[in-house]
Amino acid sequence: MNTRMKEIIATVAIVAFFLICKYVLPKPLEFSPLVSNLIIGAMAVVFIIILIRTLQGKYIERRIVFLLVGIALLLPFFMQFDLPLQVSPEVKATYDALESLPPGSKVLASFDYDPPSAPELQPMADAFMQYAFENDLKVIIMGLWPQGPQQANQSIEAAFVANPALREKVEYGVDYVNLGFQAGNEFVIVGMGKGFRSMFPTDMNGTPYDSIPLVKNITNFGNIDFSLNFSAGKPGTVEWVQVGVDRYKLRMAAGNTAVQAPAVYPYLNAGQIVGLMGGMSGAAEFEKITGKTGKATTYLLSQSSAHLVVIGLIIIGNVAFFREKKGGK
Amino acid sequence: MDWQIFGVWLAAFMTLGIISFLYKDNVFYKAAEAIFIGISAGYWFIVFFWDSMVGKFYVQAIESPEPEHHVWVGLILGILMLARLSNKVGWIARWPLAFVVGATAGLYMMMFFVSNAMVQVQSTIMPLWETGDGWFTVFNNIVIIIGVTCGLVYFFFSKKHEGAFGVAAKIGIWFLMVTFGASFGYTVMSRMSLMLGRLDFLFGTWLEMIP
Repeated sequence: MNTRMKEIIATVAIVAFFLICKYVLPKPLEFSPLVSNLIIGAMAVVFIIILIRTLQGKYIERRIVFLLVGIALLLPFFMQFDLPLQVSPEVKATYDALESLPPGSKVLASFDYDPPSAPELQPMADAFMQYAFENDLKVIIMGLWPQGPQQANQSIEAAFVANPALREKVEYGVDYVNLGFQAGNEFVIVGMGKGFRSMFPTDMNGTPYDSIPLVKNITNFGNIDFSLNFSAGKPGTVEWVQVGVDRYKLRMAAGNTAVQAPAVYPYLNAGQIVGLMGGMSGAAEFEKITGKTGKATTYLLSQSSAHLVVIGLIIIGNVAFFREKKGGK
Repeated sequence: MDWQIFGVWLAAFMTLGIISFLYKDNVFYKAAEAIFIGISAGYWFIVFFWDSMVGKFYVQAIESPEPEHHVWVGLILGILMLARLSNKVGWIARWPLAFVVGATAGLYMMMFFVSNAMVQVQSTIMPLWETGDGWFTVFNNIVIIIGVTCGLVYFFFSKKHEGAFGVAAKIGIWFLMVTFGASFGYTVMSRMSLMLGRLDFLFGTWLEMIP
């Protein structure tokens, strides 16, 4: 069979797979514990076969690696396992800082990310928003990334869906406000230090700053009780620490993508930020400690199973490496 | 026609097109990539036009009842930047570039010196143990001291890395490797999350299979 024929068969198989998923399989799909355990067993058998073939010098190609990681990420969505999860001190510190705020405190939430980073940051933002509304914290939303304020609106909607009573309880302009995006990266934070009004003459809907009850008396960071930054890169937590915290003495915690978290840990250890939620695990821990279980908890199971697959493949890769080294190839 | 359903199907097709690159380069991937790049360029152009040209310049310098005249300086520097397009007057573009580089360097120097140098050094200078510290805290403090010292020794190239100095440098490189490893692990975690987001969309929003 030539390559072109194989590709046609693969394409037809993929299309058939998605059509079966769309129109044949039950919705939603949930595996029973027996099926889940059988799948885990099958994955283990696959790994043993790959290991044996590797020892025989028959290596798997990269596409099999992609497929295994994809399966490991996907199947846990349909499984019913509870992953034991311990809340780390840095996430607990974030929660404690929020808990210490009296009702009516003004919290500045900067949404500095866009949809690609939403799987990690949206769950923590959703949990925070619901927590803030339920505990009568006044949330002032802004974004240094253009799509950030839209992500914030999604969090607000998620909070309303999770707790429908909030839709009646919280009022726009009084309990929360979305000031929108402002171009200028860290210079926006510098400008806010001098005066919020100059950086945000209107909110996201075009309402003048002075007409919004929640913010009309807020001049600068001195009127903010706490700040939470959801960040996926630059501008983000680093800039907020450098300007907002170190120059204007803002009290802040951060939620970061996993790729950014190692760069932010030094700020946590130095006491520049009071808490940190790093990546999916940070989001799941925050969901757990606030009692608002959401997508991060589900995602974490998928991520953990993919990590196991990656660890298995690293071990097999090392077996192949030492086998070749021993063979002098 | 329900445009939301059409949008979901289109997004699903684009996602599958991008993922198909994992098999090999193909026409679906190329189409999805070209559409993504084109839309991104258009999106960012519009964002910067309305937020910078209109929001920062037109509103503040022209529309406002109290115009801020210094904004014109920014516009002039911006126009000078376009001089690069001409071979004859391209050198003029160095002026706004010099302004941007100078201003950014000046601002960043202070920001990084305070937040990333002084505060970090200050937090490293700490007592090895204090009354009430658990053994884990003391162990952590010792690790920080050894890590910082040996890491600095590794980057000291005026003396040959041999003897006790060489051992310290070797320990330093181990600390660096562990740091890079942790950073790489976090990066892998982040990339998995991106894939999870797409799978959640494909099997949740599109196929409606996820509980």
